[in-house]
Amino acid sequence: MGRTLAILAPALGDVELAEDAVQEACAAALERWPRDGAPANPGAWLLTTARNRAIDRIRREQTLRRKTELLAALAETEPPAEEKEDDTIPDERLSLIFACCHPALAPEAQVALTLRSLGGLTTEEIGRAFLVPEPTMAQRLVRAKHKIRAAGIPLRVPPDHLLPERVRAVLAVVYLIFNEGYGPPPRAELCEEAIRLGKVLALLMPDEAEALGLLALMLLHDARRASRLDEEGELVLLADQDRSLWDEKRTEEGRRVLDRALPLRRPGPYQVQAAIASLHLEPETDWLQIAALYKRLESLAPSPVVELNRAVAVAMAEGPERGLALMDGIDGLGDCRHLHSARADLLRRLGRGAEAAEAYDRALALASQPAERAFLERRLAEVRSSA
Amino acid sequence: MQYMLLIYGDQNGWETLSEQERGQMMEAYGSFTQELRDSGSMVAGDALQRTDTATTVRVRNDETLTTDGPFAETKEQLGGYYIVEAGSLDEAIEWASKIPGSRYGSVEVRPVMVFEENGS
Repeated sequence: MGRTLAILAPALGDVELAEDAVQEACAAALERWPRDGAPANPGAWLLTTARNRAIDRIRREQTLRRKTELLAALAETEPPAEEKEDDTIPDERLSLIFACCHPALAPEAQVALTLRSLGGLTTEEIGRAFLVPEPTMAQRLVRAKHKIRAAGIPLRVPPDHLLPERVRAVLAVVYLIFNEGYGPPPRAELCEEAIRLGKVLALLMPDEAEALGLLALMLLHDARRASRLDEEGELVLLADQDRSLWDEKRTEEGRRVLDRALPLRRPGPYQVQAAIASLHLEPETDWLQIAALYKRLESLAPSPVVELNRAVAVAMAEGPERGLALMDGIDGLGDCRHLHSARADLLRRLGRGAEAAEAYDRALALASQPAERAFLERRLAEVRSSA
Repeated sequence: MQYMLLIYGDQNGWETLSEQERGQMMEAYGSFTQELRDSGSMVAGDALQRTDTATTVRVRNDETLTTDGPFAETKEQLGGYYIVEAGSLDEAIEWASKIPGSRYGSVEVRPVMVFEENGS
């Protein structure tokens, strides 16, 4: 069904019309195939039927001009001569991905549309995953599909001069889906869907190093999914995670994908983050290399959170003083509890109890998770008693 | 498809420009308009006078109510527009990003509604 839609939608320039036609064709198949037997070439049968349904619908259309345009476009979609493998029609699926992730659509609409048109999730499932009632999600999808048609968002792979920006937008949507699923609260179906979409992108754009980088990153994060939360659903620090729960197959798969990205010599933030995630999965953590990679990430995608991560890695590799000096140079994280708890930890290890207590206090004022609060309070009591 | 590109900006910005900067701005608009014409995509385009010349008209119960000023007082005002013929939203966005005003204010891209004369 996804394949038929992928051929029909770009030809029509209208996802909604294509979807309706494909759904009708599937309904017809469900009725006929059990009765008359499945056709020799089910894919071609579905496409032909969906195409005919689309033609019927277009004939009922009100405006003559649209009729003429759509019928002309349809004349060009000949059903494939024989059943082919999924990956023989990459352009159509890719066109659909780029339309779904068009920056003229609201981000939440991009996500919903991508999951609905290319993922295997129903409207109800997408609604549940994003804690939105089904009618709301259905409405969001209808509005997005309407805008694609009415505003003339093209169903095609963007021309070269637009491509880098648009590829970034597509990758961002897929990573957003993954992060929504990674939680907390975790929603495994979204992680699985994001990885599946990442594989489609890596297959369709084999020369895009960052598409491979993103897939590797998702696989390497996903390898630790089972150990990330305790029974109460609280986050477990990386250092305290049960390594026996880590998924070796996923780790290997992620590293293989990353190995394919690096020789393309087009570094980007996803590849660097995947490399960091890969190092975290080693039995012995190489903090020096992780610190160097964070420095690389800082130059590719500057952000205070990356600076903080680098400072933590430097503290592990070269001692708390160096880490603390870097942390004190970070701007814009005054309200980030992670900065204060990380600073507090370094001050504690340096034996500067009073300053550590002050930093723990600031972290506590910003923390809301019970487990995290309990941890900070325990540490605060420790430094107070030894000060 | 036809798209209307609505150019919004702070109309008081013009007053703060030097003579030379105004000249550069006019030149930039001139060459943009020429490029649009040469490509065959230009349908229409105009600059509008300031919003203090605007009059808003409403008809309620068959009575025409006329008020001084624009429909809404906003920080950025509609200062001009182009109507372009473009193959897709991407093409219209490319034209919009070339309008000099897009660097100071913003340009809203709106597809033009098409009504068929023969409605069958």
